[in-house]
Amino acid sequence: MFEIFGVPSQALFGQLLLGLINGSFYALLSLGLAVIFGMLNIINFTHGAQYMMGAFAAYLLLQHAGIGYWGALVVAPILIGATGVISERLFLQHLRKLDPLYGLLLTFGLALVIEGLFRNYYGSSGLPYQVPEALRGGRNLGFMFLPNYRAWVIVLSLAVCLATWFAIERTRLGSYLRAATENPVLVRAFGINVPRMVTLTYGFGVALAALGGVMAAPIYNVSPQMGSDLIIVVFAVVVIGGMGSILGAIVTGFVLGIVEGLTKVFYPEASNTVIFVIMAIVLLVRPAGLFGRSA
Amino acid sequence: MRSGRLLFAFAALMCTAAAARAEDVAVKIGVLTDMSSLYSGISGEGSVAAAKLAVEDFNPAAHGMKVEVISGDHQNKPDIGAGIARQWYDADHVDVVVDVPTSSVALAINELAREKNKVFLGSGPASSDLTGPKCSPNTIQWTYDTWMLAHGTGKAVVQTGGDTWFFLTADYAFGHALERDTSAVVTASGGKVLGHALVPLNTPDFSSFLLQAQTSKAKIIGLANAGGDTINAIKQGAEFGVTAGGQHFAGLLVFINDIEALGLKTAQGLVLTETWYWDMTDANRAFTKRWQVAANRPGKFPAMVPAGVYSSVIHYLKAVAALKSASDGRAVVAKMKEMPTDDPLFGKGSVRADGRKLHNAYLFEVKTPEESKYPGDDYKLRATIPADEAFRPLKDGGCPLVSG
Repeated sequence: MFEIFGVPSQALFGQLLLGLINGSFYALLSLGLAVIFGMLNIINFTHGAQYMMGAFAAYLLLQHAGIGYWGALVVAPILIGATGVISERLFLQHLRKLDPLYGLLLTFGLALVIEGLFRNYYGSSGLPYQVPEALRGGRNLGFMFLPNYRAWVIVLSLAVCLATWFAIERTRLGSYLRAATENPVLVRAFGINVPRMVTLTYGFGVALAALGGVMAAPIYNVSPQMGSDLIIVVFAVVVIGGMGSILGAIVTGFVLGIVEGLTKVFYPEASNTVIFVIMAIVLLVRPAGLFGRSA
Repeated sequence: MRSGRLLFAFAALMCTAAAARAEDVAVKIGVLTDMSSLYSGISGEGSVAAAKLAVEDFNPAAHGMKVEVISGDHQNKPDIGAGIARQWYDADHVDVVVDVPTSSVALAINELAREKNKVFLGSGPASSDLTGPKCSPNTIQWTYDTWMLAHGTGKAVVQTGGDTWFFLTADYAFGHALERDTSAVVTASGGKVLGHALVPLNTPDFSSFLLQAQTSKAKIIGLANAGGDTINAIKQGAEFGVTAGGQHFAGLLVFINDIEALGLKTAQGLVLTETWYWDMTDANRAFTKRWQVAANRPGKFPAMVPAGVYSSVIHYLKAVAALKSASDGRAVVAKMKEMPTDDPLFGKGSVRADGRKLHNAYLFEVKTPEESKYPGDDYKLRATIPADEAFRPLKDGGCPLVSG
């Protein structure tokens, strides 16, 4: 076993892999945010709460409907996505012509209300959720013990990220979406129902957050504040990647997960600030973000 | 001119004195706690409900007293907590602040109560500094402290063979105090501390730190943290095969809420120390039933913190009744130290000169899912630590009230 900067290579490789796992959560969540911002120009502060609702949906489906993890992976995002669609119809669509700040305020307020409601009903200590039977255990990679569930998280998250990227950047539907963002009036002239497309896109972004929540339920504490712990980091990821850039969100999510993992090896106390330091530097050097197009 | 002013002052004094005699002794209790964040499950509304139940059981009218309970949210921030307490003490005529989970906030309130000559009864805070170097004639630390947790759990674990330790420590006053106290016990009992990782408060992902703990090859991973941090560490530890690899967790501050959040399947076998458990006596079970209604938490179980709030409020009101006044905080606390304590939840006990409330502590082991017969049936008793051994000896605390 050799050493790199005084740290055993074994520990280093382990941390790199763990960083990749955390990065896949960052990527999944920042992807949803980037889709919503890129297509709708809404800064969706409810994203953390929707991620939390995804995890709670998984718990409630198991308790009250007997639907286990695999069912929840499909059902929870649809349910929470539907709540997203409703809130878009009820509130967000009226703000479309206003400054994005109004959307930010509204979604931030909604997040506080949702969190408060869940805390009122379920308390703040959290609820139990087990790793599904098929993914228990793990394998020894030589340099670390990799739980099967974590490996599954990387695979699923990568697949979802790439599929989303492909759908938006490479398909006809995606091209309609992007066109509608640039010039909604013209796209409507072609007979496409732009408001409905925008609503569904918001629902899809929310569903991505809920999917992240279901994936997080077996490994993180399922509690009302789980989203607010994460949302700030995810916003930093989106800002570093470039607001609205799909690819930027994915790549930055994974890379920052790894950077954070490395920080935990060399200087653990700084591990929850390193992302913000990077954000500050990126904003100084490239205000539009690493992958952003400057306006 | 001067005599006129004197006369006026004298008249005013007579008036207020007469008014006070005519009315009941009025007491205002401020429950300062975490209403909205990670410690609201172990205290929060549950502590407010416990304080109200205590007032109800004390029956103020029978003692010629009028008691009011108000509450506030300190958000685990010392500046916010001190701001609320200052307002309470100065403007709102609050006589006593109770609960205050989060040691950093409690240390701020401790100084404030001393400065204003009011009372602070800490059921929530853990740092043993409150009865050590920072002890005050206006403060009593009620339910538990880091020294007690370290000795209860630390000693028992080392004695059963867990002699090498690695700490995952919450990176603030409480975590540091808990690690310091536990390291001392481990070393004194013949064990060895191999290392530690300082983890930022409210970290969702412990995997990197768990990996460091695994690499250390220590037999015991000591969790010098609380609440959601403890839950995440144990949950992810199970996932990363910590227990399967022969290592064990020692939860240094674990509440029943945490066990419920983990589920017995994940938490089974965990050893922990508490001073109160809802299912130990008939009185505790009866209290739990009333508490679930009062706090509107059906199906949840009170941790030791609300129980401590109940006990401390009862004893405080007894002392005020004996003095017939709550205005001199130092005198009330002196009276509380002089009178033996006796309440349905903690039984008979006493308050020591340094402000440490003394009662038994219990070493519990978390049951397996098969052993648990009904909801909340989570612990089996491994040992009872008598009151005189459970807490730090008076002479070791470095409390100026004792030596000086």
